[in-house]
Amino acid sequence: MLGAAGTALTARRPNAAEIASESGEEFKGVLVDTTRCIGCRSCEEACAAAHDLPVPDIGDESVFKKGRDTTTTQLTVVNRYETEKGAVFAKKQCMHCGQPGCVAACLVSAMKKRPEGPVTWDTNCMGCRYCMVSCPFDIPKFEYDSWNPKIQKCNLCWEERLKDGGIPACVEACPTETLIFGTKRELVEEARSRIYREPKKYVNYIYGENEVGGTSWIYLSAVPFEQIGFKTDLGTTAYPEYSTGFLYSVPIVLILWPAFLMGLSYLTRREDEQEKKEEKR
Amino acid sequence: MSAKATPREVKSLRDFVPFILSELKPRGNIFTPFNIISVPVIFLGVILIAYRMVKGLGSITNLSQDFPWGMWIGFDVMTGVAFAGGAYVLTFVVYILRVEKYHSIIRATVLNGFLAYVFYAGALVIDLGRPWHIINPVIGNKFGLSSVLFLVAWHFLLYMTAEFIEISPAFAEWLGLKRTRKILSSLTLGAVVFGITLSTLHQSGLGALFMMAKGKIHPLWYTQFIPILFFVSSIFAGLSLVIFEGSISHKVFSDQLDDEHRASHNGILIGLAKGCAGAMFAYFFLKVLIFMHGRHWEYLHTGWGLWYLVEIIGLVLIPCYLFLRGAMYRNLTVVRVAAVLTIIGIIINRLNYSVIAYKWYIPLPAHYVPSWMEIVTTLAIVFAEIWVFRWIVTRMPILRKPPQWATEE
Repeated sequence: MLGAAGTALTARRPNAAEIASESGEEFKGVLVDTTRCIGCRSCEEACAAAHDLPVPDIGDESVFKKGRDTTTTQLTVVNRYETEKGAVFAKKQCMHCGQPGCVAACLVSAMKKRPEGPVTWDTNCMGCRYCMVSCPFDIPKFEYDSWNPKIQKCNLCWEERLKDGGIPACVEACPTETLIFGTKRELVEEARSRIYREPKKYVNYIYGENEVGGTSWIYLSAVPFEQIGFKTDLGTTAYPEYSTGFLYSVPIVLILWPAFLMGLSYLTRREDEQEKKEEKR
Repeated sequence: MSAKATPREVKSLRDFVPFILSELKPRGNIFTPFNIISVPVIFLGVILIAYRMVKGLGSITNLSQDFPWGMWIGFDVMTGVAFAGGAYVLTFVVYILRVEKYHSIIRATVLNGFLAYVFYAGALVIDLGRPWHIINPVIGNKFGLSSVLFLVAWHFLLYMTAEFIEISPAFAEWLGLKRTRKILSSLTLGAVVFGITLSTLHQSGLGALFMMAKGKIHPLWYTQFIPILFFVSSIFAGLSLVIFEGSISHKVFSDQLDDEHRASHNGILIGLAKGCAGAMFAYFFLKVLIFMHGRHWEYLHTGWGLWYLVEIIGLVLIPCYLFLRGAMYRNLTVVRVAAVLTIIGIIINRLNYSVIAYKWYIPLPAHYVPSWMEIVTTLAIVFAEIWVFRWIVTRMPILRKPPQWATEE
């Protein structure tokens, strides 16, 4: 059965950028134009409300004093960065990779890439936390204080809204149209045309277009991305591909090793028997 | 052991229950130093595990969102399984290559390997956030076929079965079940072939788990060859532990051994030392090749470079040389020192991947360090394993020769 697993894997397509599910439905995502963000944190508020989490006080500006990470109760956070062009705000949440490391890591498929684009978590999870090790953005958060812990992360409101044709709560709540919801193809086109229209306003780079094989959330910025808290050394290889080399070798070892060992055992047995025969003579 | 003279057979449940009850009774001195230390630790460990089940993982561990895997994975599972590698290496030597010299230690080694899987891979259960879902990948509550961990989980399960079959003739001899023993013995070669194949894959699979942690593990350690390095190092990790454990068992359980076994033991240790030296040299050579290809010279000047050199020179190359020297001059002390150094080296190597060089860019105050409760729980698991090992060794033909009726066939 493990051999079959390995063979099934070899049939997976090896190309890097993924913008559509196997059924052909294009992944949806969000374009974040950080030049438009005013740091109002309406997205944080809407996110918490949509997921029944404690709603943060968005009037409190002291949260910007230091960089925040998402937590088990805050699936998205807005951070302020002092850059060469002044203060810039950047929203952080799950990037919803085209080929997510967490999904490849999960041994019970609790992490799933939905055909609509979101990466979601399911309750058949056993809590091994391998998804956390495998996420290039360190997004899945584990409830360490619970006897029955969940993995918490942005699900693009798949359960709450997307399934019924809605759009993510944060996108709806954004007053400045920093966030735009659409298919990856539409979003990349929009991002590109903005860069062409105002080349002085933007750096000529769309973060997430190709990072780790392409993510469903993409970003535009006026300053180099390392200045606003983005990892810029992730490469364009989809994370699952780092372990495919090993996985491809599994069926080979599984077939060749027993044959080799049985053969070797047969050889040594023959010698034993021959010795015995010679002794008899 | 007077019982071994009379062949007994447990024929029915009526025989079985009193027999088990009599075997469960403690033998020998109860207040040994080992017991005095281990009993409170195991007791405390049980309380801590119960507390963790109620209050969550964060209550007794220092795990965090940045460090999802700590000592229980890095030491118990990663290192414990590497040390259990002696079983597949020795079964290869004895059952496939048919080198009879090592036959006398095969049962102790396989038993050790089996118990290591039960206890150390079993320690995974307390590390899982939702342990009652551990059967999901087996019963098909979704198969994550593209997951390396799926493969490792299945291999653990199958390999434990294979090792149980390999050791089961000893259980049958203990119970005096002649026919069962015959059937079980006939399965040994199949189990060995299956077991070696599974070991090759999951020893390397444990390394392959870290492939997707690219960018989180220090470049001196992260390479696409991690799976091969894990596999090769499990060979000498397992053999070193056999040398270490064998040396202790020989003192502690000397009443189990006959003169022939005692006399052959030194030769066995020398042979194992040669095997270790060979595997370690191959490993060192691989490490050097990977280092050259990685072109990470600039890191050698840093503290991490020094730590890297300590591992591959101090705890691989030097013990490799000591093994060779000990084997050449038949100096067992040198061999034992080399085994201990190698064991420390393997512990450090596995911890480097999972804990120490993992997120190396996060400096110490925020970096994961195990809590005392994690250490106590780990010690409790190690002690519990030794208890079970001791119980089996003193009751079943593991170190001593099988009963006469078994060898006559």
